[in-house]
Amino acid sequence: MEPFRTLESAVIPLVRDDVDTDQIIPARFLKVTEKVGLGKNLFADWRYDNGTPRPEFVLERPEMADRTVLLAGNNFGCGSSREHAPWALADWGIRAIIATSFADIFKNNAMSNGILPVVVGPAVHAELVRAVEADPAATVSIDLEARVLTVPGGDSGHARVEFPVDPFARKCLLAGTDKLGYILGFDDQIEAFEKERADA
Amino acid sequence: MAEPRTTPRTTPRTIIDKIWDAHIVAEEPDCPAVIYIDLQLVHEVTSPQAFSGLRARGMKVRRPERTVATMDHSTPTLPRGLAVVDPLAEAQLETLRRNCAEFGVRLFELGGEKQGIVHVIGPELGFTQPGMTIVCGDSHTSTHGAFAALAFGIGTSEVEHVLASQCLLQHKPRSCEVVFDGALGPGVSAKDMILALIAEIGTGGGTGHVFEYRGDAVRGLSMEGRMTVCNMSIEAGARAGLIAPDDTTFDYLAGRDYAPKGADWDRAVDRWRTLPTDDGASYDRSITIDVSRLEPMITFGTNPGQGIGISSAVPDPQALGDAGQRESLAKALAYMDLAPGKPLLGHKIDVVFIGSCTNSRIEDLRAAAGVLDGRKVAQGVRALVVPGSADIKRQAEAEGLDRIFTGAGAEWRNAGCSMCIAMNGDQLDPGQYAVSTSNRNFEGRQGKGGRTFLASPLTAAASAVSGAIADVRALKGGI
Repeated sequence: MEPFRTLESAVIPLVRDDVDTDQIIPARFLKVTEKVGLGKNLFADWRYDNGTPRPEFVLERPEMADRTVLLAGNNFGCGSSREHAPWALADWGIRAIIATSFADIFKNNAMSNGILPVVVGPAVHAELVRAVEADPAATVSIDLEARVLTVPGGDSGHARVEFPVDPFARKCLLAGTDKLGYILGFDDQIEAFEKERADA
Repeated sequence: MAEPRTTPRTTPRTIIDKIWDAHIVAEEPDCPAVIYIDLQLVHEVTSPQAFSGLRARGMKVRRPERTVATMDHSTPTLPRGLAVVDPLAEAQLETLRRNCAEFGVRLFELGGEKQGIVHVIGPELGFTQPGMTIVCGDSHTSTHGAFAALAFGIGTSEVEHVLASQCLLQHKPRSCEVVFDGALGPGVSAKDMILALIAEIGTGGGTGHVFEYRGDAVRGLSMEGRMTVCNMSIEAGARAGLIAPDDTTFDYLAGRDYAPKGADWDRAVDRWRTLPTDDGASYDRSITIDVSRLEPMITFGTNPGQGIGISSAVPDPQALGDAGQRESLAKALAYMDLAPGKPLLGHKIDVVFIGSCTNSRIEDLRAAAGVLDGRKVAQGVRALVVPGSADIKRQAEAEGLDRIFTGAGAEWRNAGCSMCIAMNGDQLDPGQYAVSTSNRNFEGRQGKGGRTFLASPLTAAASAVSGAIADVRALKGGI
C-alpha cells in the first residue's frame, strides 16, 4: 500500500447524502477475481448512458482527471461491504474523501486501500461546499501526520481544520503498511487463546 | 503489554460486553483490539482476492474447520439446468472451488444438497451459535445476531486477515438497545418492525453501534422473524444487531447438523443461558418502538430509510426544512417517478420478488403461500419465489407450497441471492417496478434502472395478486 502523508488537490464535488456502494460500483461489476482495473466502472450507472459517458457527470469533466480528493455529503459508502468500492475509487485516482460521516464498513475498507476518509463538521462542510462553488479550482490540502485539513475560505483565504483519525489507522496509512503484519505479531497470544478455549 | 480492557466482572454487562470480553486476544494502548473470530463464512464474490493474498504471502488458512463456504450471489436459480449466467460468474465460482480445495475449506457447492444463501445455511446447518463472533465478506452477516452471535460484515482485506490469523482488529462498538414493545397487529410482521426502525432513525442512524433488540415483540418472534430483523441492522448503519438467546433459539438449533450434541449440547446451553444482558447494565443509547401502532411498511425511495406505513402518502420534499434532505428526497422521487403527497396503494407493479437473506425462509414462504393459495398472480405481473436454501426448497415442496406458488402463476426457483442483487441474470428491466422482500432499494440494485419497493412477504404476495401495491389486510377473502 502506498503511504499517505500529505495531499493537495482541487476537489471533485459529489455532494449527495447516503451514496451507497451499489452506486460507487454496481453489483454486476463484482464478478471479478482481481482488484485491479475497476476504476472504469466507478459510479458506472451515474457516469454512463448505455456505455457512453455522460459529460454532465462530475467524473467525466476534463478538469477532474487529475484530482485526488472527493467532496461527498453525509453517510458516504453505506450499504454493502464490497471492497470493490474503494478498489474502484483508488484505481480511478481518489486518495481522500471529505464527508460529514462515513458508513463503518466502507471507512475500514477505504483505509485498507490507502484512501483517507476525512470527517468534518457540518459548518466546515457547508463552508467548503460554498468555497468550491465560488471557485471550482480552489484546492484543499491534507496533512495526515498533523491531522490537519486546510480548506479555502476565511479572512486569510484559507482555514485549518483538525480532523479526527484513529491513531492506529493513521500509523498504518503513514507507513503504508497493512494490518495483517500487526495481527500476526500476536501469534503466541492467538495460540494461547485457542489452547485456553480448548481446555475450558 | 497492557492487560485487556475488559469490563470488570462485578459491573453489570450487556450481552455485547460479554461476547466482546470473551474474544479479546490482545489489546495495546491506542490500538484496536485483536479479537478472535469463531466462524468465518465465505462466498464467491468477496473471497477470491483474499485467497490470492494468502497465496502471495505463502500462508495457509489458520482454522479451516472454522471456515465455511457456499455459492450464492451469482448462481443460477432456474429450476432446470444449472447454466451460469456468464463466463465471469463461472470463473468466480470455479475460483472458489479451487480455493476451497487448495486451502481445505468446506464448501457447500452449487447443485449440492445443502447449498444456499450464506446467511440462511449458517443457522440452518447449526454453524451459527450463541456467543460466537462471526464474520463474512457480506454486510448482511448481521443476520446471525438473531442467535446471540456478534456477527458483522467485513471487507475482503479483513477476510484475508481472518483466513490467515482467525483474528480481526476491531474497536469496541458502542451499544444501542432497540426495544420493540407491544403486540403486532394482523398482517404486520418482523419485516415491518425493522423497516419502521430504519424509517425512524435513517440509514446512518446506527453507525458505530451494535443493536441489541429487546422487548416483548422480539421475544414473540420465531427465529425466522428474528433473522429478518437482525439482517437489516446494517440498513440502519449498525454493523451488527443481536438478540439474547432463549428457548426459541435453543429449540431451533437442537439437532442441527453442526450444532453440539449430547452432553456437549447440555453444556453449551448452560453457557448460552449466561449470555443475556445483566439487570442494571447500561447502553450507550436506547430506542423504543411500540409495534402495536405499526401497519405494514413499504419503502417509496432509494434507500431503506425511506419507508412509510402502507396507507400513508409519499412525503413531499417541499415540506422538509433541511436543503440536503429536500434534495435527496426529490432525487429519490425522480428516480422512482413518484408524485409526492399520493399514497402508494394501487400503484401498478411489474414484478414481485419473494426471497433474499432477509425473507426466503420457510416461514416467509408459508406466509406468501397463505396469501397466494386459491388466488392468481395478476395478469402482466411476474412473480418469483426463490427459497434461501436447497433445504428450504425441499421442505417447502414437502409442504406443497411449490404447488401453491406455481398454481398461482409464480415462478418457483432454486436457492440463491437472485434478484436481490441481480448478479445471476434474475433482474428488473429499466423502469420496471417491483415489490421485493429483499433488503435494498438502492438505485439499480435489482437491475439497472429498476425501481424497488421493499416490503414483507405478506405485502409482496398481496401486491402480486392485486397487480399493484396492496394492503394484505384489505385483501378480499382475508389473509
